[in-house]
Amino acid sequence: MITKIAWKNIWFKPLNTLLSIILLTASVAIITLLILLQEQFEKKFNSNVEGIDLVMGAQGSPLQLILSAVYQVDAPTGNISYTEAKTWMDNPFVETAIPLAFGDNYNGFKIVGTTPAYLEHYGAKMAQGKIFRENFEVVVGSAVAEKMQLKIGDEFFGSHGDSAEGEVHDTHAYTVTGIAAKTGKVVDNLILCTIPSVWAIHDHGHDHEGENAHNHEHAEGEAHDHNHEAHAHEGSDAHDDHHNHAEAHTHDREHDHDHDHDHEAEISEAGKEITAVLLKMKNKPALLSWQYMIPMNTKMQAASPGKEINRLFSLFGIGLQALQYLAYGIMLISGISIFIALFNTLKERKYEFALLRVNGASRTELLSLVLIESLILCVTGFVFGTIVGRIGLVLISGSSEEEFKMSFNPFTFVWDKEGYLFLLTIAVGIIAALIPAIKAYSLNISKTLANA
Amino acid sequence: MISTKNIAFSYGKGTSFNFPDIVAQKGSTLLITGGSGKGKTTLLHLLGGLLKPQSGEINIDNTNIAAMPDGRLDNFRGKNIGFVLQQAYFVESLTVLENVVLASWLGTGRQATEKAKALLVQLGLQDQLNKLPSRLSIGQQQRVSIARALINDPKLLLADEPTSSLDDENALTVADMLDRLARQFGTALVIVTHDQRLKDRFLNQINLS
Ligand SMILES: Nc1ncnc2c1ncn2[C@@H]1O[C@H](COP(=O)(O)OP(=O)(O)OP(=O)(O)O)[C@@H](O)[C@H]1O
Ligand SMILES: [Mg+2]
Repeated sequence: MITKIAWKNIWFKPLNTLLSIILLTASVAIITLLILLQEQFEKKFNSNVEGIDLVMGAQGSPLQLILSAVYQVDAPTGNISYTEAKTWMDNPFVETAIPLAFGDNYNGFKIVGTTPAYLEHYGAKMAQGKIFRENFEVVVGSAVAEKMQLKIGDEFFGSHGDSAEGEVHDTHAYTVTGIAAKTGKVVDNLILCTIPSVWAIHDHGHDHEGENAHNHEHAEGEAHDHNHEAHAHEGSDAHDDHHNHAEAHTHDREHDHDHDHDHEAEISEAGKEITAVLLKMKNKPALLSWQYMIPMNTKMQAASPGKEINRLFSLFGIGLQALQYLAYGIMLISGISIFIALFNTLKERKYEFALLRVNGASRTELLSLVLIESLILCVTGFVFGTIVGRIGLVLISGSSEEEFKMSFNPFTFVWDKEGYLFLLTIAVGIIAALIPAIKAYSLNISKTLANA
Repeated sequence: MISTKNIAFSYGKGTSFNFPDIVAQKGSTLLITGGSGKGKTTLLHLLGGLLKPQSGEINIDNTNIAAMPDGRLDNFRGKNIGFVLQQAYFVESLTVLENVVLASWLGTGRQATEKAKALLVQLGLQDQLNKLPSRLSIGQQQRVSIARALINDPKLLLADEPTSSLDDENALTVADMLDRLARQFGTALVIVTHDQRLKDRFLNQINLS
């Protein structure tokens, strides 16, 4: 009954109520969104990085290397020589080494040349079919298969680079031989094939994605001669002459491969390039020393994913923190708005309170009436906020899915943090109602009624 | 019935009262008159347990409410004492019917909806049941508060200036109504007023001076 009166009372002043609820909803929504984002973001990042001690790739930003090689979100730092990488991969300190060669894309889904160890590493079992063995056989991730409606035996052409608008390499069709089971990790959004497939498509070792002047120099070799000839008759047209070191290297990632290099026959490893290698070390001290040794002795670098991701999180952290403060600010304001609403009506409501007492209500019942009114607002605000926050997550998930192939699940609950948020909301409600409630509690009925 | 013995009360320095003993039997009416500032409202609040006397006894059906602890007094008041105040107050967000039902719930813990309806109908308010109290005329509001005061069959009905805001005709109608209802419900009725018009209406009178 007290709850019913409280309920009727708060809707008796709909504007006050609406304002308080909107403010509460806004703050709870922002905080919920942040909690979910942070949680799922970190989980995604950490689950993908599990079991990878070092990432070896071209020199440049280590963070960029990690983002591109592990998470497939950034452009790669460049390419590295396969033969050089191989000497490190075969080192006895290494437990597993998974080479990656970035190739084309199919409707925005990256086609990555690698070894079956990559699938194994992410625990991706074959849902259908079998692992790629021959060149141009591909295994598609579960999300790719679902979105592109790919089945075993389907064939498709890749487009160059990492955007769907790239030039179509229509000489080699890929054949789907396997579909990987869902893992919730990056594999789901990748198309995997053998490394030689990537080489074959790309001009035999001239995959220039993300190439920079540095890593190019050491890569010059026989393969260049071939290319040189191939380009020679075309003069200096749109596609840059990447081996022309004397000139400024203006060529970029969109480097064209406009001519056919249909060399399916043999692909030798000599002079070939790959993009990165994921390393799991047997020897943990080497994990540290390699981060210094590799850049000193080669044109490569070895970056620790854990370290870089921590760095990234702490960068993110500042932004998230600012948003969090904003949300707490709004929550403070909503608390104040509840307080003002309750306090303002106290004057008119003191007769109502006196009346309730005359009719037999106790002091505590009045106290709880005021508290319940405030708590109804807070719980309503919390429920709406939780829902709105998740709607926000769905929207963000939609755009992050498009851009980074990273989606968020709005139906997970982070019980502890959201529980704290609930307690915080309740606390705001209680604090806001405290003074009005105590006033109601200590109301002098006789005086109130006599001075009417 | 209600009877008092030597009640004394003080608001602090200067204003202290020694009230004459009063008695009102079940079903009968006592009129307490007196000029402004003579302590009529104070006495009524004492009788209703809204104030506590410094000394003396207030016995309602053999229960001395002067000696009752606060929590129990709230309970006792809700169940056994009905108030009709000079100005009618309501929980503004509840309808007329809900306000009366609320009083039954606060007093007894049960929601006597049917009884509340019957009572309101008896007082000629059948068309106002689901309106908000603020939509009613002053006279109608007063009748609602009378219905509310009677909903729990109280042993004591207290009325503070129930007629002062009404015209001559209505004043007597309300006085008659209260008197009749007190008899019907078997409750002791105490009216405090400075309204001269009521002086000839009730035989049983005490004057504060
Ligand atoms: N809360 C209070 N504190 C101090 N003095 C009070 C208080 N309430 C009333 N008084 C004083 O007690 C006296 C009696 O007041 P009370 O309200 O009982 O008079 P009343 O007979 O009902 O007058 P009226 O006919 O004007 O309503 C007055 O002199 C008043 O000033
Ligand atoms: Mg008075």
